[in-house]
Amino acid sequence: MADALRIQDLRKDFRLGFIPKTYKILRGITFAVREGEIFGYLGPNGAGKTTTIKCLLGLIHPDAGTIEILGRSYRSPRARAALGFLPENPYFYDYLTAREFLSFTGDLFGLDRDEKAARIARLLALVGLERAADLPLRKYSRGMLQRAGLAQALINDPKLVILDEPLGGMDPLGRKEIRDIIVRFKDEGKTVFFTSHILQDIEMICDRVAIIVGGRIVRAGALRDLVSERVLFTEAVVAGVAPGAFAGLGESVSVQGDRVLLRLYDESQVDGVLDLVRSNRGRLLSLSPRTETLEDIFVETVTRT
Amino acid sequence: MKIGAIAGITFKEAKRDRVLYLLFFFAALGIVASRVLALLTVGDRTKIIKDVGLASISVFGVLMAILIGTGLVYKEIDKKTIFTLLAKPLHRAEFILGKFLGLVLTLFVMTAAMAAIFLVLVYVHTLKIEGALLVAVAYLFVELVLITAVAVLFSSFSTPILSSLFALGFTLIGHLSWGLDLVVQKMTPGLGRTLVRVLATVLPDLENFNFKTEVVHGLPIPPGIYVSSLLYGLCYTAFILALAVLIFRRRDFV
Repeated sequence: MADALRIQDLRKDFRLGFIPKTYKILRGITFAVREGEIFGYLGPNGAGKTTTIKCLLGLIHPDAGTIEILGRSYRSPRARAALGFLPENPYFYDYLTAREFLSFTGDLFGLDRDEKAARIARLLALVGLERAADLPLRKYSRGMLQRAGLAQALINDPKLVILDEPLGGMDPLGRKEIRDIIVRFKDEGKTVFFTSHILQDIEMICDRVAIIVGGRIVRAGALRDLVSERVLFTEAVVAGVAPGAFAGLGESVSVQGDRVLLRLYDESQVDGVLDLVRSNRGRLLSLSPRTETLEDIFVETVTRT
Repeated sequence: MKIGAIAGITFKEAKRDRVLYLLFFFAALGIVASRVLALLTVGDRTKIIKDVGLASISVFGVLMAILIGTGLVYKEIDKKTIFTLLAKPLHRAEFILGKFLGLVLTLFVMTAAMAAIFLVLVYVHTLKIEGALLVAVAYLFVELVLITAVAVLFSSFSTPILSSLFALGFTLIGHLSWGLDLVVQKMTPGLGRTLVRVLATVLPDLENFNFKTEVVHGLPIPPGIYVSSLLYGLCYTAFILALAVLIFRRRDFV
């Protein structure tokens, strides 16, 4: 499969202050996003995620490195013709309505009148803004602005969609809708590159991820390779047994009334708890094994780095 | 097409700016007040009306170009709307030209409106439609186009307040630089004279677009002057815009 986005040894320093001090923001970023996949780009605040995106959109000039978008240099506006971008906290002309704003962005791609009208109608329906289409954007909530931003990112029917924190500020229902839209992109053969702080969402929909810390990619690969199915511990919620009876059987996390939440680190402890519940005529309310999540890997990677 | 889209949105944004209407109000007030001034003045009242009317169009037109032009690019960067625009297949030069043309269109509408009020006032006073006045207004507009380019240039790398000061400085120097030619004539040959001559060549001469005296007093203007003034204005504007594009292309939008 060909690469939709290829970044090689990308470096960027900023010189700030009255007596300029150099801050190394990107220290040799290298990764590739394959055509047709959903790629998650993770990192703590200030790691260099947005700087990477700004470099590949040509908003920031890198000091070194190469960026190829669908086989073309990022410098070429033709490379951006097949690209859709949703910025973090979208800022638009707030006096325009969503319909006018989409029409304006359509003009920037040179769409003809009929095609533009058809795409605007389709996109407003896709992001659920049909009823608010003729309201000025300043009257929109943050979630609605995010939807309008997503619609403008799709006006050119892009092959590669870059989304910077697309799920920020959305309610749970809105997040699910946006996730569904992103998955639909993949079904349509589009490539999606997105950043998010909400790791559960990334885990749910991404094929591959890269983790950036301090301007370096510290981990990258397919989610199924990074996240093992190994059971880290088992959580048991037990009622009707005195908390003191579990001494030596794992870790008691909390006690609420006659309920005890236990964290058990091996199977013999699980058997021990089950025996104790039976012998004391207690009740086992839940028993859930916890496998490794992307969040565990992220926290471990960031802490270690 | 893309430049047109940017120009259109700039026009839409500029016409929402209250400063524009405030300046237009004062310009109209200045033009109308010229009739009152004429009543209080000894001499040719028609000339007073024409003089004050043209001066109002000139001063308030320049203020419109500077005060709105200097915020144009800066606002896009400050409000971060530029992120969405430059992520599209748009050259930075197209963005700058679109912004420039949008403001030129705004100033054209404003100048036309001010000129209409002015011509009506002159007509009420003289009962004649004086088309020659439009020549002076047209060259005032050429000056405004150049000042707009300067405002966009400063706006592409500086804050609105500093840009306004720079653009105002450019305008003042432009109207006073003709004096350097007189200085050159009075200086003895040498390094100093060469330096002043270079300065006189490089600095803008906005008096090239000032036909007010000739038009008001009905003095003849050689046709060549029209052409050379127009060419001077166009070339200087193109140079300033090229400089703005060059600076803007090198910028990082953090």
